[in-house]
Amino acid sequence: MNKDILICGVGGQGTVLASRIIAAAAMAEGNIVHSAETIGMAQRGGPVTSHVRIGETAYSPLIPLGQADLIIGFEPSEVVRNLGYLKEDGLAVVNTTAVKPVTASLSDSGYDGKEMTDYLAQKVSCIFADGEKECQRLGSVKFLNILLLGIASGSGRLGLQKETILGEIEKRVPAKFREANLKAFLSGFEIGTKKEEDKEP
Amino acid sequence: MKEYVMGNGAIALGALKAGVNVACGYPGTPSSEIIETLAKYPHEGLHLEWSVNEKAALEVAAAASYAGARALVTMKQVGLNVASDPLMSLAYVGVEGGLVVVSADDPGPISSQTEQDTRRFADFARIPVFDPSSPEEAFEMIQDAFACSEKYKTPVIFRPTTRVCHGYASVEAQERYQPKAFAGFQKDAGRFVIFPRLSYKNHGLIEKRNVRIGEDFSSYRYNTIEGEASEKAVLASGISYMYAKEFLKDHPKIRLLRIATAYPFPEDFAKKALSGVKEVLCLEELSPYLEEQLLKLAGKHALSLKVCGKLTGHVPHMGENSADSIAAILQEFLGIDAPKGGRKITDLPSLPVRPPVLCAGCPHRASFYAVKRAMAGQKTYYCGDIGCYTLGNSMPLDMVDTCLCMGAGVTMAQGFSHVDGEGKAFAFIGDSTFFASGITGVVNAVFNEADITICILDNSTTAMTGHQPHPGTGINMMGHDAGKISIEKILQGIGLEKIVTVDPLKLDEAIEAVKECASVRGVKAIIFRSPCIAIERSGKTCSIKDSCINCKACIRQTGCPALSLSDGKVTIDASLCTGCGLCAQVCPVHAIGGEGDE
Ligand code: SF4
Ligand code: SF4
Repeated sequence: MNKDILICGVGGQGTVLASRIIAAAAMAEGNIVHSAETIGMAQRGGPVTSHVRIGETAYSPLIPLGQADLIIGFEPSEVVRNLGYLKEDGLAVVNTTAVKPVTASLSDSGYDGKEMTDYLAQKVSCIFADGEKECQRLGSVKFLNILLLGIASGSGRLGLQKETILGEIEKRVPAKFREANLKAFLSGFEIGTKKEEDKEP
Repeated sequence: MKEYVMGNGAIALGALKAGVNVACGYPGTPSSEIIETLAKYPHEGLHLEWSVNEKAALEVAAAASYAGARALVTMKQVGLNVASDPLMSLAYVGVEGGLVVVSADDPGPISSQTEQDTRRFADFARIPVFDPSSPEEAFEMIQDAFACSEKYKTPVIFRPTTRVCHGYASVEAQERYQPKAFAGFQKDAGRFVIFPRLSYKNHGLIEKRNVRIGEDFSSYRYNTIEGEASEKAVLASGISYMYAKEFLKDHPKIRLLRIATAYPFPEDFAKKALSGVKEVLCLEELSPYLEEQLLKLAGKHALSLKVCGKLTGHVPHMGENSADSIAAILQEFLGIDAPKGGRKITDLPSLPVRPPVLCAGCPHRASFYAVKRAMAGQKTYYCGDIGCYTLGNSMPLDMVDTCLCMGAGVTMAQGFSHVDGEGKAFAFIGDSTFFASGITGVVNAVFNEADITICILDNSTTAMTGHQPHPGTGINMMGHDAGKISIEKILQGIGLEKIVTVDPLKLDEAIEAVKECASVRGVKAIIFRSPCIAIERSGKTCSIKDSCINCKACIRQTGCPALSLSDGKVTIDASLCTGCGLCAQVCPVHAIGGEGDE
């Protein structure tokens, strides 16, 4: 299988766990996988990305522009920032809840993500989810990453078995959060499947 | 058993496989995870340490190597500057057991002060350097590096770059590792005591030996030729080789050379690989090192070869390469019209900028804020240093006037105090940096009668690089409790008369301490002690009460990322807030409370 998946968001949102789970699941299904993450100074509230590349001929650790099959976006403006990576017929899974940078608060610039989601809706094929609302329902923002992973899986664009991903989640989350993460994944999966069906003509 | 690990993990596993006996390092992005990975895998019989700085690390390793042990030293590229004193001499003396210095370069730079090129350092020191282009290669190549070091009895440099260090791939991990058996130190003053005549003699031997190593490298397995003979060829190294390969997979006829051993340059290999080639494009990051070697080669052998790269404007001098930048450069050089490239992005909305900031609840924010408040209206010099607290420069704190290199804050503040008797000079230095290179600066201040206030931001960890322990935290990498080394006692020992320790989150007390220290002359120290929020989660949060008058003082003065405006009203993001209470102490109408409120 050849697949390029880009995960983007803001430092501290849990993008790394999502990329590790996808990579592990892809390997469990017998693929060769490479990935790359943002680490260091930039992690502190800055934009972060993880590039997951599945397939034998993915030499560059970073996905070349226009080649990502799927973007999993933890924040709307970060999806816009990385849009150049998405294939013409690629899909973006987008959390509509904005993370406001301190600079925006200091200057009263009023960034709230709306402009970004409008832009995305116009330009690319997207599945939107209100991460804040969903996470409130799930009981914590800590489940945002697993929720978005569920949506991506439900959309069918990961090219990986749901069970494989669930198995990798179980290996990586502490036992006491297992139930909650399972719930987060399944509610995401439902959103993903449903939204993709809606799109069928 | 295969494991999916970071490039740094691959280096660590490769070193374990090579039977490493001693591993030392100082944390620095992108190198820190090597030592951390060693700690996580079975490593019985390995001495593992976070040394106090890179110079100490290399010296510890050098002696271990003299005794015949295999030694690994890890650091980032600027760390090599610190370790350069022992390295330059060690290059003359040589080693017994394999000694490999991993110095991770950071093109971009992404998390560094400089875009220096470690390959130049290897050339400067006249020692071999290995340059992997993927985590899988790094795993293999670090083993080759140990073998090379032992074969030629020289320290060897291993130079990965950020994208290799932080890329992930699967490599082999074993159930257990066997450290190398070694003979122990054999006294030999003629060999291990560096004297001018020894350096003179060895200088000659080293230059002769390097010719042999260059010949060896000409058949090295990672110096490769792909594609067919063509008039135009491409030479790439490190991660740029992977970018070039990614692009050239659709153009298999183009000749692609890769040189993984920049120094000593594999001259025979290059000459053979370039036979028939009229024009060659060099793709490398940082400095045009290989490009210059080709220029030398062409001159030496009177080749009619055009060498393109950074020096001809084909490749930019600064920043990192990417799959896309390399693709564009190759298209132009080879005259290929490629259909690929990103989607057309039009009428992009303006994106919010996200400069890195101190975390919500970070005690450094409170420390900077206390100094700022205490010194309001006075002439000040704020000398910063390397660590998370460099981020104290961002608005609205704006508390870092200078930042140069590790430990420079303490000494630069002295410089300002000597040229301006009026202004108040402050140095800000973290706990780990204080141990790494701050202490000698304090001695200098006392001896030379500076008038400075040293603010030690003690959050009990090395936060920026991923929370490594240090001498002030007690537990070392062998898992032993070595006892915490007291910063206060060190300062007392040096002879400071005014040393105050405060909790920066108690704002009034902190401001008082700053005023008190700034008002007396001499060398004074304030230790702002409060743990990094990432190692000690409070579980508390604060919230805004109805009595808020929406004056926004909390946001404007602290700039805490947990505070933001939602529909024009100030709110606290409970998922980020740590309940540090700084904003509550800033609010003029006491409208912030909650669990952090006592
Ligand atoms: S208490 Fe205030 S300053 Fe501290 S983390 Fe919470 S919002 Fe930020
Ligand atoms: S400082 Fe106090 S009154 Fe002013 S906006 Fe913040 S919480 Fe409200």
